[in-house]
Amino acid sequence: MDFLIFQVPILMVQASMDGILLGILFALIAYGMALQWGVMNIINIAQGELVIMGGYIAYFMYVLGIHPAFGVIVSPVIMYFVGWGMYKLVINKVVDRDLFISILATFGISILAQQLMNFAFGADVVVAQSNFGTTMLFDNMVTLPNAKIFSGVVCVISAIILVVYMKKSKLGRAIRATAQNARAAKILGVDTEKVYAATFGLNAALCGIAGSCIAITFTLHPYTGLTYTVRSFMIVIIAGLGNLPAVAISGMGLGIFEEWADYLLGTEFRIAAVFSLLVLILVYRRFKLSRKREYLK
Amino acid sequence: MNKNTFLYVGLIIFGLAGAFLFPAYKLQLSFLYILIVLAMTWDVQGGQMGYNTFGNILFFGIGMYVASSTQIAMFFSLAEWTDAGGEKTFVHTIPQFFQGFAFGILLSGIIPMLVAGIIGYGILGLRGHYFAICTLALGIAAGEIASGIEIIGAGQGMTVPVWPKEFGSNELSSQFFYYLSFALAVFTFMFLKWAYSTRFGLVLNAIRDNEDKAEAMGIYTMRYKIIGWMVSAFFVGLAGGLMGHINGYIEPTEIAFAGPTFGVFMVLMAILGGKGTLWGPLVGATIFHLFKEGFWTYFLGWQYVALGVLIVVIVVYFPEGLMGWLREKYPEKFGEVIDEADRKAQIELK
Repeated sequence: MDFLIFQVPILMVQASMDGILLGILFALIAYGMALQWGVMNIINIAQGELVIMGGYIAYFMYVLGIHPAFGVIVSPVIMYFVGWGMYKLVINKVVDRDLFISILATFGISILAQQLMNFAFGADVVVAQSNFGTTMLFDNMVTLPNAKIFSGVVCVISAIILVVYMKKSKLGRAIRATAQNARAAKILGVDTEKVYAATFGLNAALCGIAGSCIAITFTLHPYTGLTYTVRSFMIVIIAGLGNLPAVAISGMGLGIFEEWADYLLGTEFRIAAVFSLLVLILVYRRFKLSRKREYLK
Repeated sequence: MNKNTFLYVGLIIFGLAGAFLFPAYKLQLSFLYILIVLAMTWDVQGGQMGYNTFGNILFFGIGMYVASSTQIAMFFSLAEWTDAGGEKTFVHTIPQFFQGFAFGILLSGIIPMLVAGIIGYGILGLRGHYFAICTLALGIAAGEIASGIEIIGAGQGMTVPVWPKEFGSNELSSQFFYYLSFALAVFTFMFLKWAYSTRFGLVLNAIRDNEDKAEAMGIYTMRYKIIGWMVSAFFVGLAGGLMGHINGYIEPTEIAFAGPTFGVFMVLMAILGGKGTLWGPLVGATIFHLFKEGFWTYFLGWQYVALGVLIVVIVVYFPEGLMGWLREKYPEKFGEVIDEADRKAQIELK
């Protein structure tokens, strides 16, 4: 184990700053997951693949010679239609069915998407260079790539836009009504089918934004999608459905945890730490609830 | 003497003679028996108990590592063995190989079973989405942790002790593992057939149908859930131990804790054949294996695309599975009594 982090306390600041900026990204993805979970009661295992796909759109622009930062505008537009198409092709057939069926169906989509991305972009780890430079803080002890700050700002802005949109617009009202009671919303003239498709599209668009941020700040690889799914699932179960501030806070908490685990346990255990944390949180919540004779459902 | 007896005898004869009838396909048939074990044990949770797990792969991997590590560590230093990698500096003699193999296989059943008991106490209280995703995370976490542990070869994996050449040729080795995996499949089938006919099977079905009610009836559902998972883990662990030897090589994320392959295959096979039935997983595994081998051979590179499409198609359009469909079509064959008047009324309604 590496205890350098305690001998050189400035590394704690470094890890925490990195973690917060990473956590904002996670929170955005988790918000998308909470949206469709709340509205359609579907857990989308392919969420992470949507993120990576959005990232590859930004990367593709980079390859074409366009600055990848514009990906945060282009990628959500394309991803909206990807999500919409995914709903129309598969998800609308599993919406009202057994919970496990939707999990397995999206799992199938996730395997399919991984392979298609593998064919399209190759199995190498890729990065879209943004050339934004770095900011040095505390006598050059803490380095922050400007790309990370940029992505944090983009995520915060898009989250704010989405929240306002959900509050003010007609579609946002329809989505919220469907989430509360789909049957009643239908009776009152809401086209729930359209609402579901739009929700899925919105979620995919959010993933697109987050993905293009990941493309310029971190790395992209076709098979790393599942970790983003698990992280967003974890954030949602910690925060609870429909609790937006808590999603943001637990997202950042997870980001910090991950960076610290990276420093303390070593990079090879980073993913293991995330997945083990999910198991531990679920087990903890199960024992806490079972004292009241309740269970997570 | 009924029709089923002929079926059983026929299958046993096929299994026993298979090694000589299709010598070129021995390896494929051994894989098939392992897959049958995986599908049948997944069905204990997914079909009979209604707990959809992605995590049975955990026991597969643990069994694989335990079997080989025991066999090696009984006679050599495990660290030196993995350091040597592919170099065959350490060779088991004949008695050493079989002694180690026997102990290893024994432990590869027992240790996953204990792990299932401990973990099961923690996570079998979860339901629905939470259980599915928790087990998914468990399998992947195990793979990631295994690829960080140096003594079992970390990300590179480890080699399995080679078959002692003095004892017999490679032909004999593949026959040996063929019959062992066949025996495991038969034993699993017999055990589950017996278990489903007892109170244990009824309790599992009661948990699937309505767990709260089952609890209210005075059944300690937790106890049965854990026992059910331990049973699965035992057989899956044994299958993993054998799989390590059949493969000859262990790699943490692609062979041992192979969530995207074996972890999904077992779910898919059980659903394809019809979950919640005794024969379903067996039939599903056979069909799936034939399909998979065809695809893996002729469409190399596109196999995972095909797998993804297959999952979506099966789950969306064919969730009842083959046995479920047959059961709907010919209920009499499954011992269900149909009221003729009722059936006529239903047809008229249509």
